[in-house]
Amino acid sequence: MSEIVFKNVSKFFGDTKVIEDLNLTLKDGEFTVLVGASGCGKTTLLRMIAGIGPATSGEIYMDGEDISQVPPGKRSIAMVFQNYAIYPTMSVKGNIEFGLKNKKIPKEERERRIASVAETVGLTPYLGRKPGALSGGQRQRVALARAMVKNPKVFLMDEPLSNLDAKLRVSMRTELIELHRRVKTSFVYVTHDQAEAMSMADTIILMDGGKIMQQASPEVIYNDPDNVFTAQFVGTPAMNVIRAKDGESFIGYRPEKVMLGRNRGGALYCRRGLILTREMLGSETLYKVRLEKGEWEGEEPVNVMVKSQDPGFREGEPVEVSVEKESLYFFDKNENRIRPGGGTDMEIYYDMARDIPAKAGGKE
Amino acid sequence: MMGEEKKKKKGGAIWWERVRPYVMVGPCMIFLAVFTVYPVLNMIYLSFFDYNLLTEKKYIGLKNYERLFFVNVDFWNAVKNTAIYTLSVVILLIFFALVFALWLQKSTVLNSIAQRIIFLPHICAMLSVAMVFQWMMDEKGLLNMVLEFFRLPALRWLNSSATALLSVIVVNVWKNIGYYALILMSSLKAIPAEINEAAELDDAKPLSKFFKITLPMLSPQVFFLLVTITISSFKVFESVRVLTGGGPGDSTQVLVYYIYRYAMTNLKFGYASAAGTFLLAVVLILTVVYFRLPGKRVHYQ
Repeated sequence: MSEIVFKNVSKFFGDTKVIEDLNLTLKDGEFTVLVGASGCGKTTLLRMIAGIGPATSGEIYMDGEDISQVPPGKRSIAMVFQNYAIYPTMSVKGNIEFGLKNKKIPKEERERRIASVAETVGLTPYLGRKPGALSGGQRQRVALARAMVKNPKVFLMDEPLSNLDAKLRVSMRTELIELHRRVKTSFVYVTHDQAEAMSMADTIILMDGGKIMQQASPEVIYNDPDNVFTAQFVGTPAMNVIRAKDGESFIGYRPEKVMLGRNRGGALYCRRGLILTREMLGSETLYKVRLEKGEWEGEEPVNVMVKSQDPGFREGEPVEVSVEKESLYFFDKNENRIRPGGGTDMEIYYDMARDIPAKAGGKE
Repeated sequence: MMGEEKKKKKGGAIWWERVRPYVMVGPCMIFLAVFTVYPVLNMIYLSFFDYNLLTEKKYIGLKNYERLFFVNVDFWNAVKNTAIYTLSVVILLIFFALVFALWLQKSTVLNSIAQRIIFLPHICAMLSVAMVFQWMMDEKGLLNMVLEFFRLPALRWLNSSATALLSVIVVNVWKNIGYYALILMSSLKAIPAEINEAAELDDAKPLSKFFKITLPMLSPQVFFLLVTITISSFKVFESVRVLTGGGPGDSTQVLVYYIYRYAMTNLKFGYASAAGTFLLAVVLILTVVYFRLPGKRVHYQ
């Protein structure tokens, strides 16, 4: 058991508010990913769990016990830093062993645990080396081994893969998922990379400006976003969100859910447009389409992204953009999602999504 | 014609290309040759002569060295004083510089004021510092007044052979502490914050954190201090000249002062040169030893 609960937590750096009145529960045994743009407070949150950047106010509980006053070394957590923070003056073995020595674990057990961890991460041949003589990937493994050897209740990871090259990053990603499956303890992982978050997380916590935008599984985050921010954070390219006819709410649809055609289809949402650019991605083609006219009076025509299986459209070609009712998302003027069955009359929104008659658009 | 001219010009360019580096370092090299290399060679040369500036110099072989090492006892006394002085200053300076650096490393207003204050003596001239201390260390001076206030027995400071060398050490440590603390402080600040945080997460106690992480990461700077302080301590002169003039008795007679006295007061230039050559050899050996021995234990990032 190692559930982590934040209760009314705030954090100020001087006069700057980073996190205000945050409540959050991280479930036991889950791979939780904190994701968001830089400066959103995700690392601050992680450092609070670690105890190396205490909260200004509020409490943090671990297994129901208030750990706000517990020093970092006594919290049964282990952390992997972005720049690894391995001790340059110690050998690989010394690095892994340091925490165990401080915990006064007998030499025999230390040796056994180091040997087993070194074997797991593939560092056995390098135990005697100094970090200066290791590659970036190997240093990453030292940092990981140093965390694993402590058998912590919670692993904290602060963008641990961001200093690796692309290929190594993808393979380390898989290794971390496997590690989590094997040790079954809680992982709290910070990243700004939505693809990393989507591929690794059991639960994603999406943050913006110190607030939690949505906490859900990757599937829910992708298919059922709570707000415009979440909708546009995941997916490449991001969801098209355009202002609706009433001038204050929003209509959204994912580029991959758009049907592109030369003739008008029977979908709820149909707009005429012009292909601006075309990017061949391989199995799919990415089009930027300029819609013929704005949704509401006085608005300039908007551009939308379309991901299509059909590579046959050319730049400058007129097209019909259509989206089925089920793939449309609606957001109110505060950018919060309006869901079917949420008590709101969806017909108003469906009406707005329906094609605007040509004569009504843009004229007094 | 054109081709030839071009060739000539090109030849000139190549010539200038080759000579330019020497022209650039030339002034510095001339300066070094005149004020360092020549005096050193001349000193070694003179150490084989009997020479007093007035009469013709007379070649006497190794006689000066013989007198230095085996006849005159005052030379070994000067060596002993220099060794005691150097050892004390090195230990005290490095220890206190570390203590001050650790103490003042946090950036607060009070600390930044304190940093400036302890750095202040470094920019004062040794001569004036020594004169002020001479006045404070007078038997009816400020320091004894302080001792009296606390009902402690007065010290004779510079006037007793028991405390004179110690007093010189105190003055030099006081003057240099800020400079060396500053060097250590800047390298303390260069240790990444994550390393200290990682140590905290590893449950390191303050002492083990200091000895296992901070000190090893400071080792290049501590080593640098060790070398510079040792060498500068071997050359101590000004403070001795002003504070004690080598006395009382021979109690603060250090090597450089010894050389100065024999050359300038007794006009025994050959003999003083022999002592100078000895000092040169010691400093050279120390430098070589320092850079060889702990090389493996020092961590350079």
